[in-house]
Amino acid sequence: MTEVPASTQPADAPPAAPWLTRESAAPVAEVARRVSIRVEDLSAWYGAKLAITGISMDIYQNSVTALIGPSGCGKSTYIRCLNRMHEFAPNARIRGKVLLDGADIYEPGVDPARVRQRVGMVFQKPNPFPTMSIAENVAAGLRFMGIRSRGEINDRVEASLKLAALWDEVKDDLKKPGMALSGGQQQRLCIARAIAVEPEVILMDEPCSALDPVATLKIEDLMRGLAERYTIVIVTHNMQQAARVSDYTAFLLMGEDGAGHVIEYRTTGEMFTAPQDKRTEDYITGRFG
Amino acid sequence: MTAYSAEQWEAGYRRRRAMNRLMTGVMVLATAMAVIPLFLILFYLIRNGIGGINLDLFTQDPNRPGRVGGGVKSALMGSGIMVGLAVAMGVPVAVGCGVFLAEFGQNRAGLVMRFLVDVLAGIPSITVGLFVYGLIVLPQKQFTAFAGAVALAIIFVPIVARITEEMVLLVPRSLREAAYALGAPRWKTVLRVILPTAVPGIVTGVMLALSRIAGEAAPLLFTALGNQFSSTDVFHAMDALPLRIFVYATGPYDYWHEQAWAMSLILVGIILAISLIVRTLFGTRVTVRQ
Repeated sequence: MTEVPASTQPADAPPAAPWLTRESAAPVAEVARRVSIRVEDLSAWYGAKLAITGISMDIYQNSVTALIGPSGCGKSTYIRCLNRMHEFAPNARIRGKVLLDGADIYEPGVDPARVRQRVGMVFQKPNPFPTMSIAENVAAGLRFMGIRSRGEINDRVEASLKLAALWDEVKDDLKKPGMALSGGQQQRLCIARAIAVEPEVILMDEPCSALDPVATLKIEDLMRGLAERYTIVIVTHNMQQAARVSDYTAFLLMGEDGAGHVIEYRTTGEMFTAPQDKRTEDYITGRFG
Repeated sequence: MTAYSAEQWEAGYRRRRAMNRLMTGVMVLATAMAVIPLFLILFYLIRNGIGGINLDLFTQDPNRPGRVGGGVKSALMGSGIMVGLAVAMGVPVAVGCGVFLAEFGQNRAGLVMRFLVDVLAGIPSITVGLFVYGLIVLPQKQFTAFAGAVALAIIFVPIVARITEEMVLLVPRSLREAAYALGAPRWKTVLRVILPTAVPGIVTGVMLALSRIAGEAAPLLFTALGNQFSSTDVFHAMDALPLRIFVYATGPYDYWHEQAWAMSLILVGIILAISLIVRTLFGTRVTVRQ
């Protein structure tokens, strides 16, 4: 499999096709690229079934990295390995390294709960806590961390809701149940909840697949803004979405061994204009998947 | 492929429709047979019991046998105290057990535990009474309301434990994952997210089990024994509705029979009221939107 190590990527991306450009996109090459997560030869199993294998890639700080590929190629498994959520599956196991700021999160003695505070996650379906109000939902992570101070919690709830572009819509209804919001609002509430604990990385597993197009656009705008403060990794089956929001794109595909491989990983502009691998080209031009 | 003529198709359709009607009828009948006893019981209770209900029934203790009048205040109070005590003792144990079964019970040890809980739920209530008689009453040489409450709690716990387990397992996985993804350790996830989400279901289970033990006479026969007088002393014998119903229904006096019917009506009325309250409070909220 041809994984492209970051070092071999051309520094200057060719200009993207007009329909792919977005105004907010900073030219990737100009940004000083600092590695946030380095994945080294990662494989993951469900029991005896190998789900992904041989994945090595650098995920850059303050950028949006999209994982694309057909259903069943291991995108979700891969992203769940980045904050140790994979291990909740029965008999799940991994091999390889996931270095967050240089330290392996799978090192013995590392507290997975602490890893998940640093690497937050937003799920496919919005999942606010049904017994909690809007404010309590955002504060949930802080309370899990043992923060009690009312003032600090209120400040961080407000700041997180503002960052998640939800504050103006809910500021008068903070005591209402989180479930009373619309689907798109619920997903932004979940994003606010994730950023309230001030993670370094936010993983998003198909965050828009349960949302309508308007809500989807709002979340996409939000992601661009959040990338200024956080490192974002998003799984999407929607190639236009990957093209719209991401700086880097990785294409995953199930190999003949039945496990997902990273076929190609480069800047989003290059990926969609000049893919190096025939299979990537076939996929993004819609010939399969 | 066999080609069907329009006539053949029409005949087949008519046959299927007739069978459909027949089967629907059979099931309507079966459903009716299942609920008819409830309506008959309610009918008889109201017809025979309504006449015996008056203020004295609630405010007076039983007269000495044979003297018409008096009430069953002692039994109402006693049932309230013992059922309350049993629920207070039983809920922490049952909820803890149910959470354990749901969280850590997906293995062989859990299987054994679950089986034991089911066996406990299936033990006849008279046996539970006998057990508590040997465990508490004999060593203490004293019939006590406390012993009665323990016997009721033993019946209460397995029912609520299994319902709690079911309700905890019903909490969508996505909520558990949301909590874990925020860095919550497992115990905080269970305490702050899983349990609160399951509470409506657990309360429903508690109320169901409470209705069940409120009507139990057998476990109280040789634990709480019964008492002619209102008592709040849990370390002495205490009266209870089912006990007094048993004594009065099998006794020789007509006014006893009337009061027994009245007490039965009150008991069923309380149980019905509990069911209705639980329904209206939690009935629609038990389902968690996906």
